Amino acid sequence: MEHIRTPKVEQVRLLDRFSNKSASGTLHLTATHLIFVESNADAAQEIWILHHHIGSVEKLSLTTSGCPLVIQCRNFRVVHFVVQRERDCHDIYSSLLRLLRPVSYEELYAFSYNPKQNEQQREEGWQLIDLGAEFERMGVPCDQWQLTDVNRNYKICETYPRDLYVPITASKPIIVGSSKFRSKGRFPVLTYFYQEKKAAVCRCSQPLSGFSARCLEDESMLQAISKANHNSRFVYVMDTRPKLNAMANRAAGKGYENEDNYSNIRFQFVGIENIHVMRTSLQKLLEVVGTRSLSVNDYLLGLESSGWLRHVKAVLDAAIFLTKAVTVEGASVLVHCSDGWDRTAQVCSLGALLMDPYYRTINGFMVLIEKDWISFGHKFADRCDQLDGDPKEVSPVFTQFLECVWQLTEQFPQAFEFNEWLLLQIHEHVHSCQYGNFLANNQRQREELQLKDRTHSLWAFLLSEGQNYLNPAFCHTYAETHPVLEPSTLPCHLKFWRNMYHQFDRSMHPRQSVLKNVLTLKESNRQLEDTIMKLEARLQKHGISPPTPDPQAPPKDQRTLLNHTRPHSLILAAPLSLKEAQHQEEVGEEAKKCCSDTERTVEGSSGSERKESYGDLQGTYGAKVEPAVVSLEFGVARMTC
Amino acid sequence: MEFAELIKTPRVDGVVLRRPFLPTVEGTLCLTGHHLILSSRQDNTEELWLLHANIDAIEKRFVGSLGTIIVKCKDLRVIQLDIPGMEECLNIASSIEVLSTLDSVSLMYPLFYRPMFQVIEDGWKSFLPEDAFKDLESMTEEWRLSDVNKDYSVCSSYPPLVAVPKDVDDDTLRKAAAFRHGGRFPVLSYYHKKNGMVMMRSGQPLTGTNGRRCKEDEKLINATLRAGKRGYIIDTRTVSVAQQAKARGGGFESEANYPQWRRIHKAIERSSILQESLIKLVEACNDQSHSMDRWLSKLEASNWQTHVKEILTTACLAAQCIDREGASVLVHGTEGTDSTLQVTSLAQIILDPACRTIQGFQALVEREWLQAGHPFQQRCSQSAYSNSKPRCEAPVFLLFLDCVWQILRQFPCSFQFSQHFLVLLFEHTYASQFGTFMGNSASERSKLNLSQKTVSLWSWVNRPQEVERLSNPLYEANCLVIWPSVAPQSLLLWEGVFLRWKRSSRCLDEAYDEMVHIIQYNKELQNKVNNLRRQLGAGEQED
Repeated sequence: MEHIRTPKVEQVRLLDRFSNKSASGTLHLTATHLIFVESNADAAQEIWILHHHIGSVEKLSLTTSGCPLVIQCRNFRVVHFVVQRERDCHDIYSSLLRLLRPVSYEELYAFSYNPKQNEQQREEGWQLIDLGAEFERMGVPCDQWQLTDVNRNYKICETYPRDLYVPITASKPIIVGSSKFRSKGRFPVLTYFYQEKKAAVCRCSQPLSGFSARCLEDESMLQAISKANHNSRFVYVMDTRPKLNAMANRAAGKGYENEDNYSNIRFQFVGIENIHVMRTSLQKLLEVVGTRSLSVNDYLLGLESSGWLRHVKAVLDAAIFLTKAVTVEGASVLVHCSDGWDRTAQVCSLGALLMDPYYRTINGFMVLIEKDWISFGHKFADRCDQLDGDPKEVSPVFTQFLECVWQLTEQFPQAFEFNEWLLLQIHEHVHSCQYGNFLANNQRQREELQLKDRTHSLWAFLLSEGQNYLNPAFCHTYAETHPVLEPSTLPCHLKFWRNMYHQFDRSMHPRQSVLKNVLTLKESNRQLEDTIMKLEARLQKHGISPPTPDPQAPPKDQRTLLNHTRPHSLILAAPLSLKEAQHQEEVGEEAKKCCSDTERTVEGSSGSERKESYGDLQGTYGAKVEPAVVSLEFGVARMTC
Repeated sequence: MEFAELIKTPRVDGVVLRRPFLPTVEGTLCLTGHHLILSSRQDNTEELWLLHANIDAIEKRFVGSLGTIIVKCKDLRVIQLDIPGMEECLNIASSIEVLSTLDSVSLMYPLFYRPMFQVIEDGWKSFLPEDAFKDLESMTEEWRLSDVNKDYSVCSSYPPLVAVPKDVDDDTLRKAAAFRHGGRFPVLSYYHKKNGMVMMRSGQPLTGTNGRRCKEDEKLINATLRAGKRGYIIDTRTVSVAQQAKARGGGFESEANYPQWRRIHKAIERSSILQESLIKLVEACNDQSHSMDRWLSKLEASNWQTHVKEILTTACLAAQCIDREGASVLVHGTEGTDSTLQVTSLAQIILDPACRTIQGFQALVEREWLQAGHPFQQRCSQSAYSNSKPRCEAPVFLLFLDCVWQILRQFPCSFQFSQHFLVLLFEHTYASQFGTFMGNSASERSKLNLSQKTVSLWSWVNRPQEVERLSNPLYEANCLVIWPSVAPQSLLLWEGVFLRWKRSSRCLDEAYDEMVHIIQYNKELQNKVNNLRRQLGAGEQED
């Protein structure tokens, strides 16, 4: 609290990003949140921003109306405040600067976040996912693959998990030797086993081959992987980097496998760019789409020059290559990049998602993230900038993975048990630091921080409101008819993910949501089925015993019935990206009102100042309560209070 | 029959047909006067019946004696026919070329087509101006239906009956018509019940370089203003284009002569540019290249989405003037038959919930496009593949449909129809067995006596089974004005038309069916609950 100089500033104006609309209210600064409360009495919209979500704060030069403060959040919310007095603005600014740069993990929200849960529930949350069981599900250990205890104490590789699966013929000396020949000791280990063809997906980091170095143990290791699969005489080695980058690494004593030294490998570059390119690319994209009164041409050219969709395509293409090698050729594949924790994680996890329908369920998807990202040491702390660290280490690698998954859900609307909201919610919490799952860089650090004892698990929270993340079009038999997905990566089939990058820009979204609508109906169906059972039971009973007075009045019409059955959940009620959903209700409500002749438009509010361009009409803040902007943080904060 | 001499080889056996998403079929190819037919002569395989009118262009290729004809259709589908025998192939190709470009209206298929279904309601009589006017009369008495154009002599592209201000006599109309491009004097397009404001449309005023004026024209449009109120004139052209039009005798309303009106210029492109845009867009969509940069830059260079945005924005502006500003609006471009109609019809979809129903949308197309004199035959005689030099072709109506689709995407529960209806209209404007989109104006259609000699598309559409197919299961009447977002991020490429033949829509269709199932199941359950409650209630009363 000592960092907070001014806990409250009044008469602050909130400007809309894409229009000339503004709202005035009070800004509150708490230990965990920055809160804006609109002063308009009957339409008090509130915005709660978790400090961890703030990516950058910028104080612009003083204007006649006050001192502008621009806050960019990692969940792609951008807010623009104008504070009347320069001093207040500066106080908030410097407090935020300090608050958003925690220096130790203990300062993160996860350590103070306390939902209404008892200790047992909290512990159960952490037991939801068991990776040992997951490998068993794949059919490992088996006659060719075994669990090794070489890394029980994180001695061989401190960024790997304790439990690792290797070919039975890979002896300890081979493992140790191989790990010494691999960047950061990340030697080849199993990440996915395709039981049908006994083909393995393995991952590792680049070899320390330089221009000519070789390592017999590493060669034996690959040989062992090859031998473990009787279906194929060779192993694919996928270097996910562009060839040029890999070659440049040789000068630093790293590099890639020489096909002459390794028997029975097929080496392949797939050309995904590195974290720095991805960071710059997304920055460019956000700059473009954040432009006011953007023209279609500038938008499309910006989309092109940012390269973002090109990179998304490259990642998907790599995953498709992996999937084909495994499912069609029945070959095992070893995937690596430089350190084997960014591109490798993307390609292995997406490949598994394409190959195995289990990962397309809600539970399976969590397992997939837990396995390929959390346990194998994707550096969440560095990549998501959890602590005040090196800005060059920050990169949207995981966001990009989620986007790839989204592109797949768009192409295969029946294949996934979950909907887009799950992806958005996971993204939200990877950056919120509210749950322990994504804190720190690897399992070893997490154990040191005793996260399982001191924080809560996101998976438990997500499962507790699982019905909100259901894809109503999900088809259970789809997995049987389409076990392996074959997406198209023709450029025209990849789209800009508006609901992610414009999550909080309400004016951009459809005003009615099909997803929300159908989810509501599905929930309503469930409840109606219940009601029917009860009614039938009562009717039966009625024949025998004298009637009891009816406690429930029968519904007047279908609409009331529908209203009763709306799920009262946080994410559905509070839209986040899903404000369109919220808005749909407004439309509904207003539609009813307007029938009684108080006609109002969807946007509500003033059309008094008229602008030359229609664009200015957009983004009007509704004149009524707008929970659309009270995002998830609101619910969270309420729970803490 | 005249067709016989055009068909050199009416039948070829052993032809192989390849088309998107369907298995290859080998069979007999037949050419008739209006159709290209391929049948495998087996029961279970689908036959191909392709209207010659739907063929936009063909390409021939030969490998040895095996000829291949690539048929590119106006609905953007591309199919391939492998024909054994060089001579047969050449004959077929030249016949198709001739048959698909027949200019003579009297040979067109709708004049030969006999419906295989029972016409319940004659579509030619479904949307008469008299009926539309009755609705208007119930709301206001300020307008009258004038038959000044009953013999199409005042304006050849207007219908015989138009709605004009009550206080303006036919003589004034005639004089105003002389002052407007194509005789298209300002007429009523839409009456906004909520505040009594109106939208009118016309051709450009013929001011010329020396600023000619016409008192009757001024009187006519001023008659639509309430006392002390100002109106807006939305000119769909940029200022400079409008200025240039003066040199050719056209122009725009000057402030001096129309002091009660404020003029706003927008930038909707002319038809030839739109046609070029369509060609480029389709070319981009058919590009098999895997380069993302190439796709995005081609998409950008086509400018299609820019046109969509520009048209939508202008329509929103018109709607905003009427609904938010409480002002009346006059819309025109040059002729008043293209961009003008895009704007007036879209503005009505935004403002008027009735236009979002299946019947209402047909009425809108009938009123604002067919009756209003959009030259469908000229605009839709060629599509994106045609090699011949474009004359008056332009995807003006397709752009309108695209804009409607954008709004539909943003308000998926506010339209009674689904995108299928829009795709159907797109197809039938370019090639159809129905007479609805034949001709260029009401006058041409009446001369051809189409209402007697052809079947109306609406007769087909308004049968219960077709209505059901075109319905949007999520529809819930929404009587509000719906303001779409026109940000580039909110506008999408219309996959249902432009990527339709690139990837099978089976996945999406199945997901859609699942949604329909959930909705229907919900209705069933609710009925059941209501029944049970009633039974229970009745049972309890008895006791």
